[in-house]
Amino acid sequence: MIEVLIKGIIVVAILMGAAAYMTFCERVLMARMQLRLGPNRVGPLGLLQPIADGLKLLCKESFQPVGVENFTYWLAPGISLFTALAAFVLIPIGGTVYIWGHPVNLYIADVNAGILFLLAFSSLAVYGVVLAGWASNNRYSLLGGLRGTAQMISYEIPMGISLLTVVLSAGTLSLPEIVDAQRDHWFVWTNPVGFIVYVITAFAETNRAPFDMPEAEQELVGGYHTEYGGMKFAMFFLAEYVNILAVSAIAITLFLGGWHGPGDIPVLWFCVKIIAFVFFFIWVRSTLPRLRYDQLMSFGWKVLIPVATINLIVTAYFILVAP
Amino acid sequence: MKKKSAISQVLSMLGGLLIVLKYTFKKPATIRYPEERRKLPARSRGRHYLTKWADGKERCVGCELCAIVCPSQAIYVKPAANDPEDPHSHGERYASDFQINMLRCIYCGYCEEACPTGAIILSNEFELSGYTRESLIFTKETLTEKNPGDSGRDPTREI
Repeated sequence: MIEVLIKGIIVVAILMGAAAYMTFCERVLMARMQLRLGPNRVGPLGLLQPIADGLKLLCKESFQPVGVENFTYWLAPGISLFTALAAFVLIPIGGTVYIWGHPVNLYIADVNAGILFLLAFSSLAVYGVVLAGWASNNRYSLLGGLRGTAQMISYEIPMGISLLTVVLSAGTLSLPEIVDAQRDHWFVWTNPVGFIVYVITAFAETNRAPFDMPEAEQELVGGYHTEYGGMKFAMFFLAEYVNILAVSAIAITLFLGGWHGPGDIPVLWFCVKIIAFVFFFIWVRSTLPRLRYDQLMSFGWKVLIPVATINLIVTAYFILVAP
Repeated sequence: MKKKSAISQVLSMLGGLLIVLKYTFKKPATIRYPEERRKLPARSRGRHYLTKWADGKERCVGCELCAIVCPSQAIYVKPAANDPEDPHSHGERYASDFQINMLRCIYCGYCEEACPTGAIILSNEFELSGYTRESLIFTKETLTEKNPGDSGRDPTREI
């Protein structure tokens, strides 16, 4: 019990720090991709920039527009952050290590229906967006919230189907067992289509470019977080970045062999893979323009769902009939 | 127009990603401004100077051509007759007061072109800012170079 609590606190602390520094990495990397310098004023190489940003947001006036639905307005950022963090309860970042002769599993919980739990929490994340949009009493927020809901629900389906192929190949729903099943070969080699579908839906689930319709700055001011400021706004952003880490961690666990790698060093390979994924997210954001809303929906329903379904059937055929 | 096939669309997206990756490793186009400064072209136009001859006399003869040509009417010249015993300039007149409103100036360089004696020139100094409007109306003391040649213009040049 105490072990779980300690692990939980450590994971939350690491995630918060990582999310803060992801904003910095994103700003610097995007700046370099656009031939700019990026933040370089605060501290050496600008490394204290996230701390300055955090302090600024903490010191901001806590304002609230007229006519908001009080309870939901305050609840929405909490839901967003909580659901983003909750996914990390299940992610195995290493096998069993011995600390002072005491065996410690490098995951917080081994739920036997782990993937179902993950899907449930990534679906719950939509509540943060839609409640924020609805409670703000602002048309732009409402539009952003509605877009977010429609997008996340439609992309949830191909995501679930692509995860099912992994479940079929591994024969289990528990994440540590799925990682163990990938000791010799990663599922991305046997199931590349599922991986591609998952990555595309992961962009949509995290509301990142090119699927950042709910917060499309050019059309919706800020989308669902237009009426939020200070730390509430920061919580939405922490949630977005923790979400990126979460979907990357899920992709790594399910498709890229989890913490396995040359030498099987527990945490190292997991971190390397997550950094690569985060870089990919930033890279795509600075390259691809935002999709039009109808294109987004028709791509989800007319392309991704059929592709994912056919992939599922083919995988099932190879697993049940072919061998 | 024929619609591009899905495969070529996906390929063009990947090509875009590669182009962005290539740009990641290029040298940024921006610089750390106050620490690093770009070297401006020699003839870029910044603040004005009133130049002097090599003997220390003012070049300006108070003809007011610069004030006439100035499209934004930023220049005010008050000419006065030279005292023959102690002349300020080589001509009959000199500018007893010379003001340029740097807030109005558009740095077109017409004054420099109109000047018959090469008295007014535009230097490369572009960092002009102030806290009040009054501080940006440059007077003759601010505009005149302290020693001949300070502004970068050869004081022995005729025009």
